[in-house]
Amino acid sequence: MSAGTGAVSMHGNKLRDNLLTALLLGPAAAWLVVFLVLPFIAIAVFSVGERAPEGGYQAAFTLAQYANLPARATAFWNTMMLAPMGALACLLVAYPVAYYLALQAPQRWRLILLALVVIPFWTSLLMRTYAWMYVLGGRGIPALLAYVGFEDIRLINTPGAVLLGIVYGYLPLMILPIYVSLERLDRRLLEASADLGATPLSTFLGVTLKLSLPGVMTGFSLVMILLLGEYLIPTLLGGGKVFFIGNALVDLFLQSRNWPFGSAIAITLVLVSVVVLIAANRISTQVSGARRVDLI
Amino acid sequence: MSKSYRDGLPISPENFVDQLMRLKRGSIGRRDFLGLTGLGIATAVMAREIGIMPTPAFAAESLGDRMSIATWPNYHDPATFENFKKDTGVAVEVNVFGSNEEMLAKLQAGASGWSLFVPTNYTISTYQKLGIIEALDMAKLPNFDGSQEDPRFTSEGTIDGTTYAVPKNWGTTGFAVNTKQLTKPMTSWKDFWDTAMAEGDGRTMVHDYQLTTIGNALKYYGYSFNSLKQDELAKAEELLLKVKPHLFAVSSDYQPGMRAGDAWMTMCWTNDGAQLHRDIPEIAYVLGKEGGEIWTDFYAIPKDAPNKPAGYALLNYLMNPQVAVKEHLANGAPSTDARVNKLLPKEVLDNPILYPAADLLTPLEFGAAATLTDPGRAELMARFKSA
Repeated sequence: MSAGTGAVSMHGNKLRDNLLTALLLGPAAAWLVVFLVLPFIAIAVFSVGERAPEGGYQAAFTLAQYANLPARATAFWNTMMLAPMGALACLLVAYPVAYYLALQAPQRWRLILLALVVIPFWTSLLMRTYAWMYVLGGRGIPALLAYVGFEDIRLINTPGAVLLGIVYGYLPLMILPIYVSLERLDRRLLEASADLGATPLSTFLGVTLKLSLPGVMTGFSLVMILLLGEYLIPTLLGGGKVFFIGNALVDLFLQSRNWPFGSAIAITLVLVSVVVLIAANRISTQVSGARRVDLI
Repeated sequence: MSKSYRDGLPISPENFVDQLMRLKRGSIGRRDFLGLTGLGIATAVMAREIGIMPTPAFAAESLGDRMSIATWPNYHDPATFENFKKDTGVAVEVNVFGSNEEMLAKLQAGASGWSLFVPTNYTISTYQKLGIIEALDMAKLPNFDGSQEDPRFTSEGTIDGTTYAVPKNWGTTGFAVNTKQLTKPMTSWKDFWDTAMAEGDGRTMVHDYQLTTIGNALKYYGYSFNSLKQDELAKAEELLLKVKPHLFAVSSDYQPGMRAGDAWMTMCWTNDGAQLHRDIPEIAYVLGKEGGEIWTDFYAIPKDAPNKPAGYALLNYLMNPQVAVKEHLANGAPSTDARVNKLLPKEVLDNPILYPAADLLTPLEFGAAATLTDPGRAELMARFKSA
């Protein structure tokens, strides 16, 4: 492989270079256009349309769907609470794990431990969340607790179960970026800090934590943006009693078939996600000293 | 089941299949699983886009070598399609769907590739209005005998004297109660809702489906299951909002909760009620005496069916009582065809969950097309779920 491409650039054949670039980027660009840009345009068009009498879409130009957004205010509000809280809970659990993996774990174990973090991804989130339904259900952990004397403990369909499902489902996405940023940490900085008389705590706060912030922000934004569209975990582990924007979208498209209103909500959600991304980027750039953070 | 290696398994293959059968009628599969994963749509779209479904040019009477059916998951005896292939040489591709709404969306988009599909009663008039289903040529269905069908179940397949769909099976929507936990006898929807706020606090489930959840709340006041009247819907909403904090879940996947003992009472469709009662005898299935829903699933042929001759041939084959009886034993829902009922074992016919007493059936209403597509009811459901 390197022989061919190397020869091309060595001869400075710009045309072939450009052709190669186009060939390499072409599939990804085509993929993005077909599966991201075009659907987005379709949704934007739908969002200014009207619901046909039998459901679906009917061509129109109206902002009525956007004016109707307050009808899903609760769903938006619930999502805006869930996303940062869920990401924060994830962070609190993930940071110590990433810290241990990057700085404490014996070298020979590190790869195995990292693999253990990633392996759950081999099974679909739906299956794993469904499994939690049985673990938390009456014949799971509550039955065990009853056996040792704690009667009538209910876990399934509680906010705690939703939080647990979120932390469980998104943990690897938080651990990996933090791990990467901690792993790159120059250990000599820690020694220098100690040599200069800093306590372990102030070394952690002033050096380790600060230098790992890009990883933290990457993980945080990643988890938070995915949580903005989350609907599966609240449905399965929360008993569908709390209504998130993801649930509103599923209902509008698959149940009431109000595609224009669903599209307007989807567009709004995308805009909110973009704002969140930009804000996260700004904050992390400022906190970690003008270092640009590459999200995702 | 006779003694075998299966007896020691944590979940029997039958039970596993039963779990999958909940896919029918709004359990995890139809509405949640397939809906959430988009598997139903994905299957259909891929079958079309990748060209698995050919659109062969066929001679007038040629059946071709393959056709496609859209139906509910685990709704058929797989042997039926194998035998049909043996008899006719036509391979049947089965597309499973998550909801009537998804099927409608697919057919509306065109080129679904199906030559036969299984819509529920309240969608047929919409299909007819949109002009996307075939007026059935009854001469091609000699195995169908209208005189043997209960007109109550067949009527919605016929619009203005033209038959657009013939029935597969029917069922009801009642509620299941764990009578060990809730000992008070219950006979009505009023009992259901009142108990949900008292003894059944934190233990009651309602469907994640506006048709039934709002419909059965309307029955509390004796209003029509299908009501679209503002004042009646407002009363139903008031009740639903009052009950919401007492609920265990808003979900159509109620079997796990009922089986684990977390939930003691749930809105329930016939098949699920029969399965729950069979495995856990203390779970009873109750039809509200005020009424509620009765439903029929039909077979219909899309106007743009790529292989109509095979669609008719398979439909005619399925209408053969000897074939249909196996279908009913496989999926558990009651039959509309007197000839099939004659062939069913006595314990199936005597099962009051599958074949309730006539006086309980009388007040039941079929869901209406307008009920399902009404935006007002959809918004009410959204307010209930987000409350």
